[in-house]
Amino acid sequence: MSETATPLRKTALNAVHRAAKAKMVDFGGWDMPVDCCGLTAEHMAVRTGVGVFDVSHMGDIQLRGPGSLAAIQKLCMNDASKLQVGQAQYSAMLYPNGTFVDDVVVHKLSDNDYLIVINAGTREKDVQWVRQVIGGMPSVHMNDFSDYYTQLAIQGPRAQETLQKLTPVDLSQIKNYWFTWGQVCGLHNVMIARTGYTGEDGFEIYIPSDEPTSARVWGEVLEAGKEFGILPCGLGARNTLRLEAAMALYGHEISDTINVFEAGLGRYAKLEKGDFVGRDALVKVQEEGGPKRKLVGLEMVERGIGRDGYPVFSPNGTRIGEITSGSPAPFLKKNIALAYVPVEFTALDTEVAVEIRGQMVKAKVVPTPFYKRAKK
Amino acid sequence: MSYPADYKYTKEHEWISVDGAKGTVGITDYAQNSLGDIVFVDLPKVGAELKAGEIFGSVESVKAVSDLYSPVTGTVAEVNEALKDAPEKINADANSTWMLKVDISDASEVDGLLSAADYEKFVSEETGH
Repeated sequence: MSETATPLRKTALNAVHRAAKAKMVDFGGWDMPVDCCGLTAEHMAVRTGVGVFDVSHMGDIQLRGPGSLAAIQKLCMNDASKLQVGQAQYSAMLYPNGTFVDDVVVHKLSDNDYLIVINAGTREKDVQWVRQVIGGMPSVHMNDFSDYYTQLAIQGPRAQETLQKLTPVDLSQIKNYWFTWGQVCGLHNVMIARTGYTGEDGFEIYIPSDEPTSARVWGEVLEAGKEFGILPCGLGARNTLRLEAAMALYGHEISDTINVFEAGLGRYAKLEKGDFVGRDALVKVQEEGGPKRKLVGLEMVERGIGRDGYPVFSPNGTRIGEITSGSPAPFLKKNIALAYVPVEFTALDTEVAVEIRGQMVKAKVVPTPFYKRAKK
Repeated sequence: MSYPADYKYTKEHEWISVDGAKGTVGITDYAQNSLGDIVFVDLPKVGAELKAGEIFGSVESVKAVSDLYSPVTGTVAEVNEALKDAPEKINADANSTWMLKVDISDASEVDGLLSAADYEKFVSEETGH
């Protein structure tokens, strides 16, 4: 090790993960558990029971003040004026050319108070960007609350029953993408949001980030979920779960070289809401007839696993694109991938080939999400 | 983790059990544990020529791909076809789940491989614990 390595950042649960013998990896500068008790088992626990994730590496930016809505509207592509207090929405911050700074979830805490949950790997960049964009805008103040919270994601069909044991709040009253505050594990005013990144029902709770509190709540969640077969889950399962649900991951499906329409996220870009950073570029993309390439779902037809970065070819052998995320899908038991291809290759059942270590392996375009949970 | 004393090992985490000019090849307990849930194994065909230190196939877990390196030079005599449908057997018991049987062409190459004790030391140095 000759390079001067920046020490990895740790969440408040780092010692707990290590004591539980989780396999740890460097994820965006964070020392995070990738595999706690077997990726497949964790994945299946979330699809059929419940799992808990430490997602404290996610960042949290608060915008406050009478100018906060105007600032959010300028910063993010979705229409935050539609949010009611206690409601959250998926959105993204864009560069002027219509590509992604980051995808985010905007929470409306009160009329003049918003919390934007951002990705771990883009945290510094995002904070700088927010500062730059809202600089000079009146009556808005930014706080970086990223280190203030331990964020736990309790996910799966038994997530509600699990968390309900730890709170007097009637969780059945919280709708998808809404949140409230209440007592959790004896802690007051905990933000409880019905959000997640697994394609499953579930909650994310935001608790104080001191180590004893974090460890205590983590332990109580595991205990509460025991009868439902709860497992602590790592980033490996988080990735396969979100891939089955075809949710974008920054640096893969979305980045500063991919625009909103290419990524298939146009429904979250509200061009009619008024000006926002990136809007003009998106209007231009539309005026020019839409994007030239698009994100599609692929399923391997022949034996082989297409993975991140593997090239995609047309049946006649022309290289047409690249896989952004690819993996065996533990619940679906298929080998799936997301890939960018020219629009003429995006129709369902279009045959393509993925080059896997020198071999051409057949795949076809399939609908996304690959997995959709049954509606209750 | 256990490494049978009568096997020889590579630094790429394969084991070989040698009986005269026949070798049986698999991956180590350390390798299966690092990979996690194994879902796919790509192995050569019977009759394929192997060269010591060169890639002969690959093994994939949900999250990663790992190349397989031949411990010796030789010819593939037998392939464990059961792994095609049940690659998870490797996770369950890496030491007795073989991948290939090989007719070894140069028995002296075996002497250059690691002993169980040396391999264990190598792994602990590599992982820092």
